[in-house]
Amino acid sequence: MVNYRILSVLLFALSGSGLSDALFAADYKIQQQAMIDAIQNDVIETSIYIGKKAFDPAVMKAMASVPRHEFVPDNQKSYAYENRPLPIGYGQTISQPYIVALMTDLLNLSKEHKVLEIGTGSGYQGAILNELTPQVFTIEIIEPLAKRAIATYKRLQLDNIQVRTGDGYFGWEEHAPFDAIIVTAAADHVPPPLVQQLKNGGRMIIPVGSRFFVQQLVLVTKDSEGKITTQQILPVRFVPLTGKH
Amino acid sequence: MDASHSIRAPAISILLISASALAFEVLLMRIFSVIQWHHFAYMVISLALLGYGVSGTFLSIAQKWLLNRYPVAFVGNSLLFGLFILVSFLIAQSISFNPEELFWDWTSYFRLLLIYLCLSLPFFFAANCIALTFLRFGDKISKIYAIDLIGASIGSMLVIALLFTTLPNEAIRYLSLAGVLAGLIAWIEIGNTTHRLLISGVCAALIIAVIPSSWLALKISPYKSLPQVLTISGTRTLEQLSSPLGLISVVESEQVPFRFAPGLSLLATQTPPEQLAIFTDADAMTVITKNQGDRQSLSYLDYLTSALPYHLRRMNNVMILGAGAGSEVLQAKFHNVANIVAVELNPQIIELLTHRYADYSGNLYKSDNIEVRIDEARGLVLKDNNHYDLIQLAMLDSFSAAASGLYALNESYLYTVEALTEILRRLNPQGYLAVTRWVKLPPKDTIKLFATAVDALKLLSITDVEKHLVLIRGWQTSTLLIKITPFTLQEIAAIKQFNEKRAFDAAYYPGIKPDEVNKINIINQPYFYLAATALLSEDSEQFIKNYKFNIRPATDNKPYFFNFFKWETFNELLGLRKQGAMAMVEWGYMLLVITLLQVLVVSILLILSPLKLLKTTQHGIFPGYLKLKVFIYFSAIGLAFLFLEIVFLQKFMLFLHHPIYAATAILTGFLLFSGIGSALSARLLNKLQRKRIVIYAVTGISVVSLLYIAILPGIFNGFMQWSLLPKMIFSMLLIFPVALLMGMPFPVALSELNVTSQPLIPWAWAINGCASVVSAVLAALIAVQYGFTAVISLAVLLYIVAAIFFPNQKVTFAREKT
Repeated sequence: MVNYRILSVLLFALSGSGLSDALFAADYKIQQQAMIDAIQNDVIETSIYIGKKAFDPAVMKAMASVPRHEFVPDNQKSYAYENRPLPIGYGQTISQPYIVALMTDLLNLSKEHKVLEIGTGSGYQGAILNELTPQVFTIEIIEPLAKRAIATYKRLQLDNIQVRTGDGYFGWEEHAPFDAIIVTAAADHVPPPLVQQLKNGGRMIIPVGSRFFVQQLVLVTKDSEGKITTQQILPVRFVPLTGKH
Repeated sequence: MDASHSIRAPAISILLISASALAFEVLLMRIFSVIQWHHFAYMVISLALLGYGVSGTFLSIAQKWLLNRYPVAFVGNSLLFGLFILVSFLIAQSISFNPEELFWDWTSYFRLLLIYLCLSLPFFFAANCIALTFLRFGDKISKIYAIDLIGASIGSMLVIALLFTTLPNEAIRYLSLAGVLAGLIAWIEIGNTTHRLLISGVCAALIIAVIPSSWLALKISPYKSLPQVLTISGTRTLEQLSSPLGLISVVESEQVPFRFAPGLSLLATQTPPEQLAIFTDADAMTVITKNQGDRQSLSYLDYLTSALPYHLRRMNNVMILGAGAGSEVLQAKFHNVANIVAVELNPQIIELLTHRYADYSGNLYKSDNIEVRIDEARGLVLKDNNHYDLIQLAMLDSFSAAASGLYALNESYLYTVEALTEILRRLNPQGYLAVTRWVKLPPKDTIKLFATAVDALKLLSITDVEKHLVLIRGWQTSTLLIKITPFTLQEIAAIKQFNEKRAFDAAYYPGIKPDEVNKINIINQPYFYLAATALLSEDSEQFIKNYKFNIRPATDNKPYFFNFFKWETFNELLGLRKQGAMAMVEWGYMLLVITLLQVLVVSILLILSPLKLLKTTQHGIFPGYLKLKVFIYFSAIGLAFLFLEIVFLQKFMLFLHHPIYAATAILTGFLLFSGIGSALSARLLNKLQRKRIVIYAVTGISVVSLLYIAILPGIFNGFMQWSLLPKMIFSMLLIFPVALLMGMPFPVALSELNVTSQPLIPWAWAINGCASVVSAVLAALIAVQYGFTAVISLAVLLYIVAAIFFPNQKVTFAREKT
C-alpha cells in the first residue's frame, strides 16, 4: 500500500501546479480506503458485541463515497480519514468514522425510509444517510454550524438533504413520522416528541458519552404495536465483566 | 558576599511572597477547575509547583553570582514573581488545549508542556527569593523558614476569603499586585539596590492595576457544558457567584428551554416547564424550575426513577441531601409530602432560591412545609435527631464527568459504608433511603452502591439483607431503595406497577426471577441483576475481586467511592483502544498516575543535573555518602510532611463536615504551627545538637501520628455534636503538637548544611521542592489504593529514615587543602 504520508509530502512540494489537485484527490481516496479497512477491522473485533461481522455493504459504500475531508475545518483536513473524532468548532466534533458507520448500520435504512437527525454538526452523518435514502431531515441548534453544513451540502450538490436551524426537541412535525431518528445532540433524556414521531417499527439511535469518547449507543425501538424498548450497545469489544486476569 | 553587612533579612517581603504563592496555587486550582476539569487542574498545578525544584537547581549553578548581588537578585525575583502571576496566567490561558485530545493528537503534549512551563515561572521566582535568603542569612534559616510557613498559612486564609468576595480571574490581579508589592517592600527592607528596580516595580504595579478585566476573562474549554449551552442563540449568563465551593453561573435561555429531566421515562408526555440553569465550574448543570402553581406542568417529575418511593407509601417527612436548586424538593412537593427538609452545602445556591429567584421558583424554599438547612449532609444527619419516611441522596454529578471517571479522586464521605449506616439510623421503621445514580455501562457505581448498602445493612446487624433492597433502572438512571425493615409484597407489587407504567426495569427486588429482568431497557447481559444477586450471595467477596472495576465499598478510611480503577482492566482496555475502549478508562486515577510519572521524570532531571556541576565547581568535592544523606533526608521529609498534612486534612474533614472550614482550619493550622516549630528550633540550636533535635522531633511526630490513628475516630465520635467553631478550635489544638514538631526537621538540617557544606543548600532545596510535589500526588494514589492509615504509617517510616540519614558530615573543601 502506498504510504500516504510520503505522498502528502510530495503533494506539498507540487502544490501550485495543476497536477496537485488531481493528486490531492487521489491522496484522499487512498486515505479513505485505509479508513474503510480500519472500520471493517473494528467490526470484526467487536462482532460479538454488535452481533455481526460486517456492516451492511450499502453502509460501507456510503462511507467510501462521502468525502469526509469536505466536512472538517482546513486545519483538520490532514486527519480527515483517521478513525477518530475531530473538533469542528463551537465545542462540537465530527464523530469517529467507525461510530458513524455503526450508528448508520443500526438504523437499518432502505431507500423508502425517512430519517431525521437532531444535531447536524459537521453535516457528515447527514451526508452518509443521504447515500442510503433521499429523505433526510436534519436540525442544528447552533446557527453557524447549520449554515456551514448547508454551504457544504450545496458545494457537494446534496440538494435533497433538508437542513433546519433551531430547536430539535419537538422534531420536525411537518414531515413526521420517521422511520429512523439519530439524536446526536446531547440530552439528559429522550425528548418525548421524538418518541412520538418515530413510526411503529422505527429505530432511534443515541450516542452517549463525551464528544471524544462515545461510551455506548442507545438503540430505541418501537415495535409494530408501538411498544418501546431500548438496547444499550457498547461499541467496543469487552469480554464479560467477571473473570480471572 | 556583598560588603553591606548591615542588610536585614526581608521578613515582611518573605511573608507576603509566601502568602501570595500559596494563594496563587489554590487560586490556580480553582481557575483550572473552571476552565478545564478538576483532575486536569490537579495535574497542571502539580507540575507547575516544580518551579520550586527548578529554583534549587538554578541556584546550585548560579548561587555565587546571585549572592554577590543579593539585594538586586531578591528584589528582582520578587517583582518578577508578582508580574508573572498575571503574565503566566494570560499566556497559559491563550494556549488552546483539550485534555481529551491527548489521546488522539500527540501535538497536544507540546501545548501541555508549554502550559506547565508558563505556570511554573511564578513559583520559580518565589522559590528563588526564599532560597537566596537561606543562603544569604544562613544563621537565621529557622526564622526565615518560620516566616515562610506563617506567610503560607496567612495566604491559605486569605485566598478563601478572596474566593468569597471576588471572581477567581480578578483575584489573579490582586495576587499579582501583592507579589509586586513584596518586591517594593523588599527594596525598602534590604536597601542597597538601584532606583531602576523601584521604578520598574511601580510601573509593573500600575500596569497590573489598569489591565482591562476583559483580558482576565476565563477561557473555558468549549467542551464543557456551559460554553456549549452559550452557543445556542438566545442564551445568556445572568450572573456569576464565586466561592471556594465553585463558580456558579446562572443562565437563561429565552428561545430554547433547558428541559432538564435526567432519566425521564420514554413514556412521559409532559415536558419540563421553563427553567433557569445553574452551572458549577461551567459544568454539572442543575436547574431552577419555574413554578407558578400549575401542577400539571410538573407531572414529568413523576416519570423519573427517583419518583419510585412516593408510590410505595404516603410520605410525611422527607429529607433531601444535596438539595441544590431544588429538583428533588420540587418532586417531593409534587407528591404532597407534608414536611420536607432540604439540605444544601452551598449558601450561594440557597441565596439564589430564597432571594433573587424566589418568585421564579414559586418561593419553593420559602414554603411553610420546607425547611432549608445550609450544612454538610453527613454532619447534619449526625446532629439531627428526627426520623424520616424518606431520605434522598440527590444525584449531583453530570453524566459526562461521571462517565469519564473524572470524579475518581474526589473523596466523598457520603457514599461510605459508615455514612449509609448513619443515614439508615435516621429512618422510620418503614422508611426508605433512596439513591439515584447515572446508569453507566459497564455497570460501576450503581452496583458499587448496592455493595455498600449490603455492608451498611450488615453493620446494623440485619441478617436477611436480600429483603431490604430494591433496584430499578431506566436506560439513563437507576434508583436504589434501602429499608431497615423488609420490603412487603404490596410494595413489590407497587414497584412493578410503577415500572410498567414508565418503561423502567426492575434490576432487583426480593424474590425477583431471572426472566423478569432486562425486558425493556435491554443490555447485553442482565448485569445489574447478576451483580445484585452475586453481592447478596456467599460468593460476594469473590465477585468483587473478579469484577473488572473496583466495586469494593468505600469506607471512611478509603472514602473514594468514585474510584473504579483496576490495573488489570486498564491493560485490557489499552489493548482495545482502537475500538474505543479508552472511553471506559477511569481517567481521574490515570491522570494522577500520569502526573506522578511526569513529576518523577522532571524531578530526577532537576535533582541529578546539579550533581555534576557541584562536583566540578570550586566549592570542592562532596563525598558520595554525604550527597546520599542529603538526598535521602530532604526527600524523606519532603514526602512525609505533605503525606501527614494531606491525610490529616482528609480525616478532619470527616470531623468538621465541611470542606472549606476543614481546609481552612487544618491547612492554616499546619502551616502556622509548623512555622512556630521552625522558630522554636532556632532557640533549640543553642542548646542541643542538631541531630538530636531532629531525633526528638521525629519521635514526637511518630508517637502522635500513630496514636492518632488509634484514637481519632473515638475522639471524633465523642465530640461530633459540638457546633462548628468549637470543633475547628479543637481540631487545631489536636494538630498543634504534630505540626509544631514537623516544622523542625527542614530548617535544622539546612542550618547543619550551612555550617558543614553550604553549597549543598540549593540542591537540598531542589530535592525538598520536588519531593513535596511528588508527595501530594503519591499521597492521593496511596490513599485511594490502601487508605489513610497506610499513608500515615508510611509518613512515620519516612521521618524515621530521615532521622537516621541526618546529613551531619563535615566536608573538607579543596581550597582549604591548598
